[in-house]
Amino acid sequence: MTFRVVHYINQFFAGIGGEEKAGEVLPELRQGVVGPGAALAAELKGQAEVVGTIICGDGYFAEHMEEATAKILELLNSCKPDILIAGPAFNAGRYGTACGAVCDAAAKQLGIPTVTGMYKENPGVDMYRKNTFIVSTADNARGIKEAVPTMAKLALKLLKKETVGLGPEEGYLERGVRRNYFLEETGAQRAAAMLAKKLRGEPFVTEYPMPVFDRVEPNPAVKDLKNATIALVTSGGICPKGNPDHIEASSATKYGEYDISTFAALSEADSETAHGGYDPTYANKEPNRVLPVDVLRDMEKEGVFKKLYDKYYTTVGNGTPVANAKRFGAEIGQKLKKDGVSAVILTST
Amino acid sequence: MKLELHKVKVTGVQWGPVTELRNGVLTVNKAELLAKVSGDERLASLDADLALPGEKTRIVPVKDVVEPRCKLEGKNEVFPGFIGDVESVGMGKTLVLDGAAVVTCGKIVGFQEGIVDMSGPGAQYTPFSQTNNVVLIFTPAEGLERHDYEEAGRLAGFKAAHYLASAVKNSVKADVVETFDFPTLAQAMTAHPGLPKVAYLYMLQTQGLLHDTYVYGVDAKRIIPTLICPTEVMDGAIVSGNCVSACDKNSTYSHLNNPVIRALYERHGKDYNFVGCIITNENVTLADKKRSSSYATKLAKMLGVDGMVITEEGFGNPDTDLIMNCRKAETLGIKTVLVTDEYAGRDGASQSLADACKEADALVTGGNANEMILLPPMDKVIGFPDFANVIAGGFQGSLHEDGAILVELQAITGATSELGYSKISAYTM
Repeated sequence: MTFRVVHYINQFFAGIGGEEKAGEVLPELRQGVVGPGAALAAELKGQAEVVGTIICGDGYFAEHMEEATAKILELLNSCKPDILIAGPAFNAGRYGTACGAVCDAAAKQLGIPTVTGMYKENPGVDMYRKNTFIVSTADNARGIKEAVPTMAKLALKLLKKETVGLGPEEGYLERGVRRNYFLEETGAQRAAAMLAKKLRGEPFVTEYPMPVFDRVEPNPAVKDLKNATIALVTSGGICPKGNPDHIEASSATKYGEYDISTFAALSEADSETAHGGYDPTYANKEPNRVLPVDVLRDMEKEGVFKKLYDKYYTTVGNGTPVANAKRFGAEIGQKLKKDGVSAVILTST
Repeated sequence: MKLELHKVKVTGVQWGPVTELRNGVLTVNKAELLAKVSGDERLASLDADLALPGEKTRIVPVKDVVEPRCKLEGKNEVFPGFIGDVESVGMGKTLVLDGAAVVTCGKIVGFQEGIVDMSGPGAQYTPFSQTNNVVLIFTPAEGLERHDYEEAGRLAGFKAAHYLASAVKNSVKADVVETFDFPTLAQAMTAHPGLPKVAYLYMLQTQGLLHDTYVYGVDAKRIIPTLICPTEVMDGAIVSGNCVSACDKNSTYSHLNNPVIRALYERHGKDYNFVGCIITNENVTLADKKRSSSYATKLAKMLGVDGMVITEEGFGNPDTDLIMNCRKAETLGIKTVLVTDEYAGRDGASQSLADACKEADALVTGGNANEMILLPPMDKVIGFPDFANVIAGGFQGSLHEDGAILVELQAITGATSELGYSKISAYTM
């Protein structure tokens, strides 16, 4: 059986026209190869067939990203593809962005592997390197002779589910995503060997270079606390008894939003923690220890601030990836802002 | 201190009328085993089963794995503070049933217990698919407090492991005898002139229920960092009472066989002079973290070491302990290599650690624990599979109708060992 490949290109490589046509060409599907697809088909060496080519103007894509992506996915799906290959886009910024966006959407929504090609400084690289394989190309179309065979080779590996090596070996720009693999020696042996090298002053390669974190500057203090609405948000996993939304004990993929407008305090009878990273005994017995509704109600009564916000937001911060945490934070922040919350107390575990 | 490990190879396990070890096959009298282990009223029921390498068998939820060991010569018994008295161990002769293991499995205590598959794609991630397993299955007495339940299950595992070794000790002869000699500090300091001195900083998980580790029976969150002789570790001076996510729990089995101690011994006298092992804890308060990291690295400085391997247990919160230990050691002029694992998200695209410092330039990884794996249905499931949806690494819908389980590696016992027990690593794609 040969694999089914769909190729994505812009109006220029389809031979429709240059910049003057970029805004006019709506997504369309043509059977078989178009333009650089011929070279691609040759490099697939009969193991995979380019069954269709999707064409879209770069300008049109940039100005109608959502509609264009939806239409392209529909066309793509109708081809029953095993893989999507986009470009190469070289250093064309809008083309690169379109290739990246289409690959990202195809991977996420159709679950198929994707490959594209760009010059390393194409803005599409930084936007989409984590989401697709971007083969490193020259900055102009003269580099097509080198780019296409590399893209085809990588595509065949992905189709055959072979192990993909490091970027420099395979010709793609480092994606910045971590993948597990097995080595010859145990971790302990590797550590003992690395220590010997480090002590001798010989070069050694760390298996994980230190990550870089965002730092969020806290907002200035609330000036008018008496008229403030205060919200509670926690990563300590407090949720209604029974964890109705099934927030995961670790690696949370969601957060919960729960009403506390009628609660003077939380209790063992109505709340518990979903968190799998600490001893839950004391949080389950007295959930206010993690989400201090009781104390805040007292302060509300005393007039220290005006109102405790009616809802609380909660998730589990146990092995939860930064990407998920960042998304939760942005969404929760928007909701609180919309409801006029003045300040938030964030509690952990 | 000198310890001989008398290892008898075990290549199979079966039930039979008499507990004995013949031609590599461990035969176990089940009734006798259960009688030795039972008697704890905290456990409402107690049963045992067998799981062999290659079988289509799944064990879930796994709490601990213990290697059968007992003393042949020398004072006291293994697992001091639990089986043995609290007197010092690590000298004399110890019998090891190499290739056998006791796996404890019972209704879940927290969220952190794990899965062991004896075959299929999950088997390559857990070392305990390669051992001939005697599995203890238990349920707690009604209303039993969770800390008490955890302790009861833990003790059952030690009793069973000690029983299996003791029952055969008079009738077996070692296939291999390994000798580990650890000199006095006075001798160590002058040995191997010209070679750099190194130590091992051994971090023990101590965050609470299902997050505790015990040293001679003492809850390690109450210790000040201290020295331990590597041979004491081989006699069970350190035991696990935790499942800080199953993948990076250091089981009692992996403490007994600590691979870092072994790897440092292998290079001892060649690349460096291995002079000491320091244990420290991973408590939850900032004061404890500061105190323990300062004290542990100060001990290393007092030993005058040039380098140190530091192993973590767990992730997230203990990443801060790891980084404090690293930074303080490097600041004192001690070169470090860290062993940890990663939580980079299911797509591998997020930061792998919760803390970082520029001094941590030499790190060995046990892989990304968030990576997903589909564990196919098995012919036999020992334990309680329903918990797959709620254990760390699982999610609502993890357990499929046909018995398959879609989980993160996090849920597989020993998958991303931070003692560097297995060959897994990760690279940046």
